[in-house]
Amino acid sequence: MASNGGVTWRRTEEVHVLAVDDSLVDRKVIERLLRISSCKVTAVDSGLRALQFLGLDEEKSSNGLNVSLSSSSSFSRISVSLPSDSHLRLLFQDLKVDLIITDYCMPEMTGYELLKKVKESSAFREIPVVIMSSENVLARIDRCLEEGAEDFIVKPVKLSDVKRIKDYMTGEGEKERSSKGINKRKQRDSFDDLSSSPPSILSSPSPISSSSSSSPSPPSVQSASAPSSPSPLDSPTRRVKMASSK
Amino acid sequence: MDVVNQMQRQFVDYSTSLHREGILDDQFTQLQKLQDENSPDFVVEVASLFFEDCEKLINNMARALEQQGVDFKQVDASVHQLKGSSSSIGAVQVKNVCIAFRSFCEAQNREGCLRCLQQVTHEYSLLKNKLQTLFRLEQQILAAGGSIPVIE
Repeated sequence: MASNGGVTWRRTEEVHVLAVDDSLVDRKVIERLLRISSCKVTAVDSGLRALQFLGLDEEKSSNGLNVSLSSSSSFSRISVSLPSDSHLRLLFQDLKVDLIITDYCMPEMTGYELLKKVKESSAFREIPVVIMSSENVLARIDRCLEEGAEDFIVKPVKLSDVKRIKDYMTGEGEKERSSKGINKRKQRDSFDDLSSSPPSILSSPSPISSSSSSSPSPPSVQSASAPSSPSPLDSPTRRVKMASSK
Repeated sequence: MDVVNQMQRQFVDYSTSLHREGILDDQFTQLQKLQDENSPDFVVEVASLFFEDCEKLINNMARALEQQGVDFKQVDASVHQLKGSSSSIGAVQVKNVCIAFRSFCEAQNREGCLRCLQQVTHEYSLLKNKLQTLFRLEQQILAAGGSIPVIE
C-alpha cells in the first residue's frame, strides 16, 4: 500500500467510483460494469452534481447539509451539497472517491471542464479521472490527457475497459500498461514523457504492443488505452511522489 | 425437458438472426454477459431505458423539425444522444441511421433530416418488437424451469 501526501491507495477495501454521464442508458451500463468489477458506484447525471458530491461546487446554500438519497432497483443516487467546513466532510469519509469516470459530451459542463476543476483542486487533484466519449477525436483525446486524464475510453464501454482502469487504482496497472495499448500521459508539471505512446495508426480495435516512439501524438484507435512502455513515471504512485516533491 | 430444449433452441436461433440481420451487434452480447443472479433483469432494464430515451428523443427531433426556422443544432444534439444510447445497447441499425442523420443536420438539409427521422422511427419500432419477442422467449424458458443459453 503506497501512501504519500495524504493519498492512500487502498487495495483491500472496495474501490469507490464516481461515474458521471448525462445519458440514463449509459449510466446504467457503466454502473453495472463497475459493480460487476467489484467497485462501489455513485452515478450522477452532470458535472455539477459530481462537483457537489465532492464538495467542490461554489454554491453554498447555508451552513446546513443537504443530502437527498434516492434509490431504485437499479442504482442509488446521492445528491449532496456540503459547506466547505471539513468537519462535515469527515462524516463522508466512506464516500471517498477513488476514481472519477466521466462522459465528455454533457450539457452545461463537459467532462473536460469537470476534469479541469478536479485537477485544479488541491484536495482532489490526485483522483484519477477517466474520460469516455463516443467520438474518437485525436485533438480531444490529446487535450484530456494533457489536462491530466488517466485514460480515454471510446464508447461503448466494455468490461475490458473497466478492468483496465480498475488496475490504475490498485497498482497492478504497471504490468497491464507495459503489455498493451497506448496512453499518452503528460505530467502536471509538464515533464514531457517521451517514452510513452507509439506513433502508429491502427484501424483494428485490438490494443497494440509497445514500441519506441518518435513523436508524442496518440494514434487513432478504437480505444486509447494504457501507455506503451513501462515508464516508471506512469505509475500513479510515482506521479503522487513527483507532485509532492515540488 | 424437451419443451425447454426446443425453446432454448428457438431463443438461440432468434438471437443469432438478430445479429445476422445487423439489428444488434456485439455490444448487446456484452450486456447479456453482465446479467447474472445479482442483476437478473439487467438487459430488460437497459432496454426499457433505451426505449424511453428513444421515444423522447424522436419526439424532440420531430418537434424541432416542424419549426419554421429549424434549429439544426438542437436536432443534432438529440441525434447525438440517440446515437450514443443506441451504441451502448448494441442497436447498430439505429446507430447507423443516426450517423447519416447527423450529416444531414450538419448540411442543414431539412428533407434529408425528415427522411432520417422516418427511418430512425422505423428502425426503433422494429428493434423494440424484436427485443420484446426475445425477452418473451427468455421468460418462457425461465417459466418452464430452464436457463437462458449463453450466446457467444
